[in-house]
Amino acid sequence: GSGRSGAPGAEWGGFEDNMQGGGSAVIDMENMDDTSGSSFEDMGEMHQRMKEEEEEEAEGEAGAGEEEDGEFLGMKGLRGQLSRQVADQMWQVGKRQASRAFSLYANIDILRPYFDVEPVQVRARLLESMIPVKMINFPQKIAGELYGPLMLVFTLVAILLHGMKTSDTIIREGTLMGTAIGTCFGYWLGVSSFMYFLAYLCNAQITMVQMLSLLGYGLFGHCITLFVTYNIHFHSLFYIFWLVVGGLSTLRMVAVLVSRTVGHTQRLILCGTLAALHMLFLLYLHFAYHKVVEGILDTLEGPNMPPFQRVARDIPVVSNAVLNTTAKTIALTL
Amino acid sequence: FPGLADVSISQDIPVEGEITVPVGSHSPDEDYSTLDEPVKDTIMRDLKAVGKKFVHVMYPRKSSALLRDWDLWGPLVLCVSLALMLQGGSADSKDDGGPQFAEVFVIIWFGAVVITLNSKLLGGTISFFQSLCVLGYCVMPLTVAMLVCRLVLLAGAGTVSFIVRLIVVGAMFGWSTLASTAFLADSQPPNRKALVVYPIFLFYFVISWMILTFTPQ
Repeated sequence: GSGRSGAPGAEWGGFEDNMQGGGSAVIDMENMDDTSGSSFEDMGEMHQRMKEEEEEEAEGEAGAGEEEDGEFLGMKGLRGQLSRQVADQMWQVGKRQASRAFSLYANIDILRPYFDVEPVQVRARLLESMIPVKMINFPQKIAGELYGPLMLVFTLVAILLHGMKTSDTIIREGTLMGTAIGTCFGYWLGVSSFMYFLAYLCNAQITMVQMLSLLGYGLFGHCITLFVTYNIHFHSLFYIFWLVVGGLSTLRMVAVLVSRTVGHTQRLILCGTLAALHMLFLLYLHFAYHKVVEGILDTLEGPNMPPFQRVARDIPVVSNAVLNTTAKTIALTL
Repeated sequence: FPGLADVSISQDIPVEGEITVPVGSHSPDEDYSTLDEPVKDTIMRDLKAVGKKFVHVMYPRKSSALLRDWDLWGPLVLCVSLALMLQGGSADSKDDGGPQFAEVFVIIWFGAVVITLNSKLLGGTISFFQSLCVLGYCVMPLTVAMLVCRLVLLAGAGTVSFIVRLIVVGAMFGWSTLASTAFLADSQPPNRKALVVYPIFLFYFVISWMILTFTPQ
């Protein structure tokens, strides 16, 4: 009745106080963290109050209806009971759905501890990823952090885009961006999962987050190599970078894995697979997505012709020409 | 269950109440509603708000107006115009026109979402849509750069035009990054600003790169 209409209004008042910024009528998701005044507790209280009021009414009606027909009262009581149960059920379902949706949002907070880094730490880890460790008999510590690897993957995507644009790769199914993102994220997530599975088979002491972190930081070498060789198109330079830079980062990952594995066969399997995948990925990225400048290559490598030949098109011809002539003169003077 | 056919919940448990959402706390009149005003007033008010935010991007000062009353109209307009201008460049086959528009759209919005999530995970105090709003509005200098590039390319594509475009795009890229970090970096703990600035730098770098390597057919 009229008594009930006042209660929901007062309950909803708590909701208003949580609104941020007087100007916008938007529910700020950040405030959902604070569950006081959230609508479901209000619903719970409202429901409780309605239950209590109904019980009072039922008692009142029972008192008033004593003179009435007993059977009629029985029917009315049963109806009230059933409808109350149905309403209760509906509220339970609604509450369950809402808490499921809420926990989906709260999943972002699960990732929070993996992003708890300082810039100094990130820089230190980047440099460390190129330095192979000497001590392989003692399990090396791997930081389970996802900020650095994620940023490295995005940087690799950006570099790949640059390479694809300058090589005029024409993607028929899908877009340039989709291919770049798919390649890089696919490598990071896919190879990490595969290596984690192998590590599980080989009894290595490593968790999934650590594997993701290790492989992610290993992409730092790839980023450097590709950044340099997409702009300066010398195959010999690429091979040197591939061996040195790629090799260093692979050696570090391999050493860390070896330090966490027991048994020769297992160590061999894990390290062989990781080294092969890592180095082959760099090779693939270079040859699939870069521009081959015909004239310069012909003079430098006779028998070593790469399988891909693309006709150079015009995009930043100037920058490439400048860089190539600089590199050539440096190579000639050395 | 024959008795259930007669059960109607609305009779026994009515749910009543009022839900009032405050539109503007500065309006003294409680019955004021913007539903009754002429359409021109609504449009002019929204246009003025969008215009004020553009001015804030042009001269990035520490003001909270951009953050407080966020809206996504400006970013949408900028994104669509940038995507339209970038369409149809450096493509051989005729079916490359479509994906390029979608590409730019997806890059901008996906990139903005990732940066926002990153800044929230690093402990930022800014909300999701506020961050999207700032990042979207700060694409404006790059849209201006795209316009200038197109005009320069009309005059011919050579060394000089490339250098001019490089300078213009570089300057606008710096401006975008500075403007957005002026708004976003304040919401972070002070020793982690670099961690938030780097993805923003990468984001605008990718967009600038797309603008710079654009060649019309």
